Amino acid sequence: MTAIIEVQALTKVFGSDPKRAIRLLDQGWTKDRIAKETKLTVGVNRVSFTIERGEIFVIMGLSGSGKSTLVRLLNRLIEPTSGKVLVNGTDIVQLNAEQLREIRRKTIGMVFQKFALFPHRTVLENAEYGLEIQGVPKEQRRKKAMETLELVGLGGWEQKRPDELSGGMQQRVGLARGLANDPDILLMDEAFSALDPLIRKEMQDELLELQASMKKTIIFITHDLDEALRIGDRIALMKDGAVVQVGTPEQILTDPANEYVERFVEDVDLSKVLTASHVMVRAETIAPDRGPRVALQLMRDRGISNLYVVDKGRQLIGAVTAEASAEAVKAGKGLEDILVREVTTVGPDVHLSELFDAVSVAKIPVAVVDDRGRLLGIIIRGAVLSALSGSGDRTGAGGDPT
Amino acid sequence: MSMLYWLSALDLPKIPIGKWVEAIEKWLEGNAGPVFQGIKAFIGTIVNGLADGFNAVPPLLLIVLFTGLAYWIGRTRIAVFTLLGLYLVYNLGYWENTMETLALVLTASIISIVIGIPLGIACARSDKVQKVVTPVLDFMQTMPAFVYLLPAVAFFSLGVVPGVIASVIFGIPPTIRLTNLGIRQVPADLVEAADAFGSTPLQKLFKLQLPIAAPTIMAGVNQTIMLSLSMVVIASMIGAQGVGADVYRAVTQAKTGVGFEAGLAVVVLAIILDRITQNLVKTKRKGL
Repeated sequence: MTAIIEVQALTKVFGSDPKRAIRLLDQGWTKDRIAKETKLTVGVNRVSFTIERGEIFVIMGLSGSGKSTLVRLLNRLIEPTSGKVLVNGTDIVQLNAEQLREIRRKTIGMVFQKFALFPHRTVLENAEYGLEIQGVPKEQRRKKAMETLELVGLGGWEQKRPDELSGGMQQRVGLARGLANDPDILLMDEAFSALDPLIRKEMQDELLELQASMKKTIIFITHDLDEALRIGDRIALMKDGAVVQVGTPEQILTDPANEYVERFVEDVDLSKVLTASHVMVRAETIAPDRGPRVALQLMRDRGISNLYVVDKGRQLIGAVTAEASAEAVKAGKGLEDILVREVTTVGPDVHLSELFDAVSVAKIPVAVVDDRGRLLGIIIRGAVLSALSGSGDRTGAGGDPT
Repeated sequence: MSMLYWLSALDLPKIPIGKWVEAIEKWLEGNAGPVFQGIKAFIGTIVNGLADGFNAVPPLLLIVLFTGLAYWIGRTRIAVFTLLGLYLVYNLGYWENTMETLALVLTASIISIVIGIPLGIACARSDKVQKVVTPVLDFMQTMPAFVYLLPAVAFFSLGVVPGVIASVIFGIPPTIRLTNLGIRQVPADLVEAADAFGSTPLQKLFKLQLPIAAPTIMAGVNQTIMLSLSMVVIASMIGAQGVGADVYRAVTQAKTGVGFEAGLAVVVLAIILDRITQNLVKTKRKGL
């Protein structure tokens, strides 16, 4: 992956002499002290981060944390006071009006919290707006806009006015408008915050689905931690205009950078964040051509009561229990005869919340397999519980199961 | 004693504002004469062209045409009123003069729109322009309308042209104000969206701001037309012909009956123009 956006010491100060605040910040003044003594407001405070091509980068923070200002600095809807925004290596802060328009038309799309659809235009005319102002011929832009509307599930609604649509559908139009000119980067400013929870979840799922095929770089602003954890490849947590921590959802949860982040994430439902791969442990395996005697010996040595049978490609075939192995030794049967093929399997990305049932009823611990059926690890009942209580040693889990 | 002395020092001789204004007027008359002649010829051509055009069509045919227009823009009720109202005007014998008045009002309104909407846009785009224009508009609307007749006559002599000029000065403020207001009231998030997709200022104006502001702007245009119409009697005092002149003559000769009839013609014209322009807004809004 390569960096598509690089933000360097980006700062926005509101007030009559903003440059003065930059000097004060460099001298170590806090945002509060500057506000009190100079009447200048530091909206975004020397923020730096790098966004990789194709990732969903979530900027999260409470209201007033500067996240909406920050996203507007990225396409200069708000002029930065200082700092750099490198998009594909070009510092957009230095661009003139014409070059900036070109970047906005071709490279950076945007979706807004309150949709901001043009009420005097139809759904189709909204979707084609970005292409229209670029001077794309009517037929061509209609075609493209129709395709995009189709993509977001609005086929058949082209001729409606935005106010005839529900909130969720209006935001689909907003999304289509943002995507129609095929930008590399999509800025989504609290795009789902105005929707009710069920619709919001649906839209999140659809965004992830779209993203799987589009591979855009998405910068998603939200104040909702659950949303951030659900859709973010990486999350930047903001407080008082500064970025407090940048990391994957797991890093933010399991390794909070400071007390603020810790408090922020303490109420998170871990079962909806942690996945099977976080709690699985190494599985003891045996090849199918070995005899039951070997199996029994292995189990005795390791003090376990099951073994997983895998072929040379680590494809899971089944499992054998200690009990059955002992009987097979007596009866002179082979491993094949006592093989239990009905082992419950799950994928590595399944959330713990969806694992509870499977784990609690399984006689043999649930096996974690990848999409080609290869055994990655197994899930012990106790590991799930300890992970949820936050006391479990998660670092040992998920290692190479061989 | 000294107090009184100082107060008496404040008792200045009269400030010669009137003289100054007259001096400016003289200077303009002397130095910008050809410009005024040009304007006069231009406006005169429009008004007389419109009036001659209206009067070239047989009155009954024109009534049917206007009724059709009212039906197309508005609803049946307005069409019926247009038919009956205009027929009444024709029947009472004020047709020709009413058409001259209509020509005057339309000319004044068109000039007001052509000047007023761009000026309103300029106000909306710049707080500085707005700060300069707003007090001028306040002044124009509060200065008694009669006062405009004097410089109008001085520059354009008697006739219909100074009447049009006075009507424009009196009637243009609502178009400017409501164009400004309408554009400023376009929701900020829509403007931001237009910017975010890389619109040029002109694209933003024509694809977003003007369409959204259209109902407000049309309300201003409607007000401008009504104000221009209210100037027709005053304009007749400086020689503008039309049904306003009939009213003016009736007043000076104390002919109540004639005054009422001519006044009725003005009312009919006012109601038709008002309803049609109002519905222009509504139809437009539905069509948007």
